[in-house]
Amino acid sequence: MSATVAAGPQHTPTQARRAKKRARNQGGNVVVYAIALVVVALTLGPVLYGILGGFRSNAQLAENPAGLPAPWVLDNYLGVLKNPDFWQYAMNSAMIAVITTVIVVVLGIMAAYPLARYQFRMREPIFMVFVLGLLFPATVAIVPLFILITRDLHMGNTWWGVALPQAAFALPMTVVILRPFLMALPQELEEAAQLDGASRIGFFWRILLPLSSPGMVTVGVLAFVGSWNAYLLPLLLLQGDMRTLPLGVADYSSEHSADTAGVFAFTALAMIPALIFFLAMQKRIVNGLQGAVKG
Amino acid sequence: MIRIVAQEVTYVTGPVAETSASQTDAARREVGVAETKKLQRRRAKPADRRKTLEILFFISPALILIAVFMLLPIIQAVRYSVYNWKGFGPLVDFVGLKNYARVLQNEVFTDAMIHNLIIIGGSIALQLPIGLGIALLLNRKMKVQSLLRTIIFVPYVLSEVIAGVIWFQLLQPQYGVIDTIMSKFGIQGPAQGWLGTPELALWTVLAVLTWKYLGLAVILFLAGLQGVPSELYEAAEIDGASWWQIQRKITIPLLGPTLRTWGFLSMIGSLQLFDMVWILTGGGPANSTTTMASFLVSEGTKRQNFGVAAAASVILFVVALILAVSYQQFVLKRDAQPADERIKAKKVKA
Repeated sequence: MSATVAAGPQHTPTQARRAKKRARNQGGNVVVYAIALVVVALTLGPVLYGILGGFRSNAQLAENPAGLPAPWVLDNYLGVLKNPDFWQYAMNSAMIAVITTVIVVVLGIMAAYPLARYQFRMREPIFMVFVLGLLFPATVAIVPLFILITRDLHMGNTWWGVALPQAAFALPMTVVILRPFLMALPQELEEAAQLDGASRIGFFWRILLPLSSPGMVTVGVLAFVGSWNAYLLPLLLLQGDMRTLPLGVADYSSEHSADTAGVFAFTALAMIPALIFFLAMQKRIVNGLQGAVKG
Repeated sequence: MIRIVAQEVTYVTGPVAETSASQTDAARREVGVAETKKLQRRRAKPADRRKTLEILFFISPALILIAVFMLLPIIQAVRYSVYNWKGFGPLVDFVGLKNYARVLQNEVFTDAMIHNLIIIGGSIALQLPIGLGIALLLNRKMKVQSLLRTIIFVPYVLSEVIAGVIWFQLLQPQYGVIDTIMSKFGIQGPAQGWLGTPELALWTVLAVLTWKYLGLAVILFLAGLQGVPSELYEAAEIDGASWWQIQRKITIPLLGPTLRTWGFLSMIGSLQLFDMVWILTGGGPANSTTTMASFLVSEGTKRQNFGVAAAASVILFVVALILAVSYQQFVLKRDAQPADERIKAKKVKA
């Protein structure tokens, strides 16, 4: 709209042509918005249906699966919130995710530092170890990993038993993202710090760590989300009270398959933490993924 | 194979710290003159020893964690794969490559490999055009652009389990919401349900995966589009190029590296597919949606055939490696070359 108004008579031919082009794009915008609306509906539809389904009774769901809550029923959500299992699962998920994230961030930045800023013979070969690590998903080693953790380390059914291998498999990506980040910090900073009498460790601690906090937040968020959503490793290692939310959701939905509304409520509440975390950290997640693609 | 190299690397870094100072003169005389000079210089500076220690201090925790929880299990997988082992007692029943033969002759596993390949091909065939289309449409000044981006990315952030449980309900036969909506248009859903019909189940899983991962493709493509300098668009517009021409001749070629890297990530992800299949179908009906990962998990945990499961995981890894290396060779190689060399090469050819 505004483009057509702005295209006054005093414009040169090129500008006029551009204005015309802009006007044409504006016409195209209706189509764009229509397509965007369809995409949004398809994307959010299932999620919203799950959330709204939690506000309906099973009778409502059976009578008209495609309807809206009428009347709104709070019992399903209240039932889940009063269920101590739900809180136990959420607690386990949170603790495992926090332990994983702390290990990944601390060990990741430590490993990335010499790989980025020291000159030494084994630098590139060691970096290649991390790059190759990207190729090894936990799936490939899942059976021996299960045996190692439950029998040899006696860490089956514990937070650490899940967090440590998760951290190991998240480290390659972390180092691959952090190294270029640390390399980009100007060399002058290091020289200035050395002139002021700082050792390399002093430089790491006092200058590099604060400056690289954005990169650390990015890899931390990726590790946290990865751990929060993980299913295979917890499935093999955790039982009973130690289960995480994804396991809880899966088990609840198969144990209470007749209670569709209850399943929706449980699932909807389980996804809220991930959604809130995502909205708060959206920029970091996106940056991290983009960094991974570019790097 | 490559893991073994990695192991050597960790071993080599270990002694490096000590060698520089403790190397005997006799040993040093054997090394070339240039090498001796280097060693002398190293010995002369205690700072170098300190530097090596610093490097070890920083890197070894990460390497140890990877060695214990990644390298060791992978070596163990190779070891278990040549034994008939049910999970208790020592490894004594050596069977050589029999487990591999059993896995490769098992129709469930060969079908699982085909399912993985279908998922790889199907994901790229669906997400590439749709994702690119959405990214190109969103790549303009729009008031709601950032909101749209957030919304499209939501399914990616949900865990596969949560997405799977919701879709499982939506896809219920008859009283599921999808069949209900379709029956309003007079279309009958399949009697056994989308996930219960062997011919349809894999395609239904593929559709749900597309829903889940399209957002990642869009976000990455949009980021790549931001790297295309806007002067190019302006120049093309001044030359009278249409929107479609600009996309086809400028945007998509310049987006090449992003598209190729995304393809790689998508391929590796499809090879490991487990969670979604486990939730939606458990590999059924009639093994029509089994993947390599779901095969090895059910062999390992349900049947306790650890030897067979280990053989399957080694095969899964080899398949992943072959695909990754050939992708690197045939698709990504173009990106690895520095841009000016590529131009030079073109000039030479011309």
